[in-house]
Amino acid sequence: MHIDWRTAMILVVLLGHARAGSAEISFNRDIRPILSDKCFACHGPDARAREAELRLDVREEALRVLSPGRPEESELLARVTAGDPDLVMPPRKTHKRITPREAERLREWIAAGAEYEPHWSFLPPRDIAPPPVDSEWVTNDIDRFIMQRLQRLGLQPSPLADRSTLIRRVTLDLTGLPPSPAEVTAFVNDPAPLDEAYERVVDRLLASPRLGEHLAWHWLDAARYGDSDGYESDPLRTMWPWRDWVVEAFNRNLPYDQFIIEQLAGDLLPQPTLRQRIATGFNRNHRLNNEGGILPEEWLVEYVCDRTETTATVFLGLTWGCARCHDHKYDPITQRDYYRLFAFFHNLPEIGNGFGASTAVPMLDVPRLEDLDAFLAVQQEYEPLDREQRAVAEAEDFEPRFQQWLSGLDAAALESLPKELRETPRDKWKDKQLQAAREHYLRHVDPAGRAVEERLAPVRKRSEELLRRGAKIMVMEELSQPRPTHILHRGAYDQPGEEVSMGTPPWLPPMQPDWPRNRLGLALWLVSPEHPLTSRVAVNRFWQLLFGTGLVKTPEDFGLQGEPPSHPELLDWLARRFIARGWDVKGLLKELVMSSTYRQSSVVSPELLERDPANRLLARGARYRLPAAVIRDQALAVSGLLVERMGGPPVKPYQPDGLWQDIIKGRPVYQRDKGEGLYRRSLYTLWRRAVKPPEMTLLDANERDVCTVSLRRTNTPLQALLLLNDVAFVEAARALGTRVLREGPPTDPERIDYACLLVLARPPRAEEQSLLRAELAAAREAYQARPAEAQALVSTGDSTVPQDVPMEELAAYTLVARILLNLDETITRQ
Amino acid sequence: MHPEHICERLTRRHFLASGGVNLGAAALAGLWGGSTQAEGTAARSAVGGLEGMPSLPARAKRVIYLFQSGGPSHLDLFDYKPAIKDRLGEDLPASVRMGQRLTGFTKDQPTLPVVPTKFRFAQHGESGAWLSEVLPYTAGVVDDICFVKSVHTEAINHDPARMFLQTGLQLAGRPSMGAWVCYGLGSESRDLPGFLVLLSHGSCKRTPQPVSVRLWGSGFLPSQYQGVKLQPAGDPILYVSNPAGVDRDLQGRSVGAIAQLNRLNADLYGDPEIEARVQQYELAFRMQSSVPELTDLSGESEATFRLYGEESRLRGTYAANCLLARRMVERGVRFIQLYHVGWDHHEDVPRDLTLQCRDTDQATAALLIDLKQRGLLDETLVIWGGEFGRTVFSQGKYTADVYGRDHHGRCFTMWFAGGGIRGGMTYGATDDYGYSVVENPVHVHDVQATILHLLGIDHTRLTYHFQGREFRLTDVHGHVVHDILSGA
Repeated sequence: MHIDWRTAMILVVLLGHARAGSAEISFNRDIRPILSDKCFACHGPDARAREAELRLDVREEALRVLSPGRPEESELLARVTAGDPDLVMPPRKTHKRITPREAERLREWIAAGAEYEPHWSFLPPRDIAPPPVDSEWVTNDIDRFIMQRLQRLGLQPSPLADRSTLIRRVTLDLTGLPPSPAEVTAFVNDPAPLDEAYERVVDRLLASPRLGEHLAWHWLDAARYGDSDGYESDPLRTMWPWRDWVVEAFNRNLPYDQFIIEQLAGDLLPQPTLRQRIATGFNRNHRLNNEGGILPEEWLVEYVCDRTETTATVFLGLTWGCARCHDHKYDPITQRDYYRLFAFFHNLPEIGNGFGASTAVPMLDVPRLEDLDAFLAVQQEYEPLDREQRAVAEAEDFEPRFQQWLSGLDAAALESLPKELRETPRDKWKDKQLQAAREHYLRHVDPAGRAVEERLAPVRKRSEELLRRGAKIMVMEELSQPRPTHILHRGAYDQPGEEVSMGTPPWLPPMQPDWPRNRLGLALWLVSPEHPLTSRVAVNRFWQLLFGTGLVKTPEDFGLQGEPPSHPELLDWLARRFIARGWDVKGLLKELVMSSTYRQSSVVSPELLERDPANRLLARGARYRLPAAVIRDQALAVSGLLVERMGGPPVKPYQPDGLWQDIIKGRPVYQRDKGEGLYRRSLYTLWRRAVKPPEMTLLDANERDVCTVSLRRTNTPLQALLLLNDVAFVEAARALGTRVLREGPPTDPERIDYACLLVLARPPRAEEQSLLRAELAAAREAYQARPAEAQALVSTGDSTVPQDVPMEELAAYTLVARILLNLDETITRQ
Repeated sequence: MHPEHICERLTRRHFLASGGVNLGAAALAGLWGGSTQAEGTAARSAVGGLEGMPSLPARAKRVIYLFQSGGPSHLDLFDYKPAIKDRLGEDLPASVRMGQRLTGFTKDQPTLPVVPTKFRFAQHGESGAWLSEVLPYTAGVVDDICFVKSVHTEAINHDPARMFLQTGLQLAGRPSMGAWVCYGLGSESRDLPGFLVLLSHGSCKRTPQPVSVRLWGSGFLPSQYQGVKLQPAGDPILYVSNPAGVDRDLQGRSVGAIAQLNRLNADLYGDPEIEARVQQYELAFRMQSSVPELTDLSGESEATFRLYGEESRLRGTYAANCLLARRMVERGVRFIQLYHVGWDHHEDVPRDLTLQCRDTDQATAALLIDLKQRGLLDETLVIWGGEFGRTVFSQGKYTADVYGRDHHGRCFTMWFAGGGIRGGMTYGATDDYGYSVVENPVHVHDVQATILHLLGIDHTRLTYHFQGREFRLTDVHGHVVHDILSGA
């Protein structure tokens, strides 16, 4: 479907009028999904798979079987309703069929003229005013869109959640951590009107550095971030400075367009800063194969494909990968489009193999982000001094002085040279050693060189120290001479076809002529205000973050086979507003969480559950299990074990013995950390791709082998075993028990109240209180009878066992705390 | 909410109120794989699995897949090539190689010298199957086995080749075969996961190629279908043991209290997912008994240990894993995936192959014998094979007795036995050099289609809607190899 951009624009205008007039049937809503799912595989964009030279995705070509206005003559309608198994379409072997209801829709559409519309997401977001809705329930414009739909369906939204539910929900959603009892109490007792009190909470959370860590987790999924190369022996890499860049970018509210530009093309900006170059690590987070015997040219293609498909998924919400081997079966992505996008990411001096920690060029030595300002300051001092010393070395009289010294070196003098020179006999010195000797002479012997060295040495030392605390990361660089890109026949690296240049697909708005034809131009194209996808895809993912499901339920697919938005006008309104407000991420988040839609109670009546089981209409608040990282971090937080230090190299918390040994080549032993590394946020847990942290993957954390923007939420017994029995969670229970005994009031009921406040942000209801007290009593009785078992339980984990609380008492409270940490409510955002 | 849901909740409401440990008595609707918030593409029946599956007559109810990881040499084990017996050191004729791509190990090698196997081959059983002398125990069960000598793959490196066999795609991201099967058929066990994985390390002197957890992952399928790996040390299934200081009574009490508190919240919120959580906790609690019971070999007879070999007493060995596989079959586990690593013999095939066969031969044969005498072989499909074969030419220096072989995907041998397989036959053939298939080629996707067929699944109908299209194990390929099916 080669829709020219201008034609598409004209169509939008025309269709806008048409829609206003009549048309019960919407092509995009009612017809295209049928044609796409049932017909396009053989009668769609893919020229090579096309049967009977018929394509149904382009109206002009489809007319001969449509007979607009005369459904009784339509060949298409005749074939999809044919009783003859040899004639019926789709053919039986596809196991697909057109239902009578769908056939009726097709008939109505053909009768009405069989008009087509361009696919909704390829048209720019419309400029829509929020509908006027008369309801006290409405807090902001978002609610108007939601309310309008509910009113049309005769449904009511839910009342707002109570204050303790609300503060727990918004704190978990924005920071990935629970509110403290003090925060809960302050909000619940805040005499200010609800909106005002709530807004204060939201502003506090948006300013918290925990926000960046939480948002980063999801971006790391999209960017398939890992701490190892991911194939075969799975060697470790050190991309964590890039991870810290992401956290910082969210925390300083880097506008989202800039966020995209710096990650895709930070190196191509005029005089890029070190931060901007670190940002380009985004495109190097893919896995690397260092298996012996691989063909680098084959894997180089795989890496470029990964970048291409990741870019398409994350920013365009399109399944570009389908077009690697053939034209896309549903979307207008041709194989040519695939390789034109591919060409943008093909142009760096990479070698197709190598190790992510050392040899996978291009690479960059960088300091820790927290040291970055100090490092830049040192560099400012260093550079003029270094230039001064270079000037000494480059002066005409330097080389003779050096040569004279060299010829006069005796055995004693040789002994005083650096190790690498001592190790090579003088007569075996080659250029490398000579250069080292020259450097040594310049710094330590030559009078003019030494004079500079006295000032330079301490600066250099500081710089090196800062770099030592940092890491070597993979980054992007552009080859000055573009590497030729070919369409690859069937996607195979060794079957190049026609050569193509960098370019964007013709069915999306064009690149401006003055944009460079490289990654920077591509980034500018993505964030241009007329781009129909980037802003929609972005706001949809932020919506998913806060509501559990996107307005488009398939965040990875805005194409023809993706699910259309539940509230298309709202999506468009949000997308345009996001751009108009300067791609302000925190601003967007605030608007979303301030809405009544967000603040609704998640209590659901049987009638509403029946009517809208997946909550697509948003007549209630979302209720779903928390993500893996939040479940663990919450346990650490409520028990007081959490160490809030940010950034730096990954840490190794508890892991059952033997997992690495059993799987990874060379049978390495997982040496878990001692002390603070056990209690950092899950964001900092070492992500070794061959053996991912089981406490994360069991709870549905994305694997991060490839870009993933959708979420999985399952419910398995292995999750229960993890939360009941894993040392990390049992230790958290014990620490929570300790905390309750130490900080809490003196009686059991009050202590149980306090424990519930810590974990659930609310006091227990009467029935819960009595049930928990019964459990406490039973546990107390058991442990008083068996002190050795009490001792065993409270000794779980590395953290210090308190001596000031009776052991049996602590064991009993540990069991109660473990019950609380395992409640469905605890691991659920409700 | 459906009325029966409410009814069930009401009757179950106080079921644990006594706080006892009598959890096993509960009749549970949501079993392993029974619940997910992620919506699948089809309605699920009560025992898990898709409506209408199996859709064909099932010849096998379950699978034991003995994956020999690293690429065992078909030329030194199964595929007897007397025609090259005297061709040691001759360059591989170009007419045989036909420009086939080589790995980075051998592509720059100036010559490709043929090395015949150093092992003696003989015919065995009524079927007269040819086998190498390093497989004396397998020789005793050849009449139950169908050898397929014409399997071929496009992959030439380990990780992609293994992914291809196990998931149908060389790159990561697709569900593994075991996950597909459990998704389609559900579980037969109320107390154990439907897809279990066992791993053992070979004695091969060369550092073995590792296997990755991706091989038994669930890809885009809901994660309850992923394989659960048994651990060689510590808890047999991760986190299955109670914490220190918590006995079964206390654990049961806590699980009961969690259930009661959850149900109180369910009454308020009306979310059916809460009840699903309660059921998963109860299954978890039952697994805390059923898993140790599964892995406790103390009740096995001396005769059984002798059959599988002395190593079967040692946890984590291939022999012990074969014995465990039989116990899993008895307990209704649907897909049992073994991996034995160490078959990547680049340097010294005779040395390393002998060691690997010593690890595996006796226990493999014992598994077939044991299943057969317990009447379980008829309904259990047993598969043996690696991710590719090895080259007829030597990699690097060689003698008649010391030679290495590189990866070779154009042909290799796998074997099948048990449910629905015609034993005592050989299918497919390779050329005189064991280099290319000359008769009845069987592609990796054909292997997958055939396995599913034996389980009663039409491989074109086991699909999952993801990223806008229907995905399946065999992608858009795969033909059932009817010739190797019994009664065919």
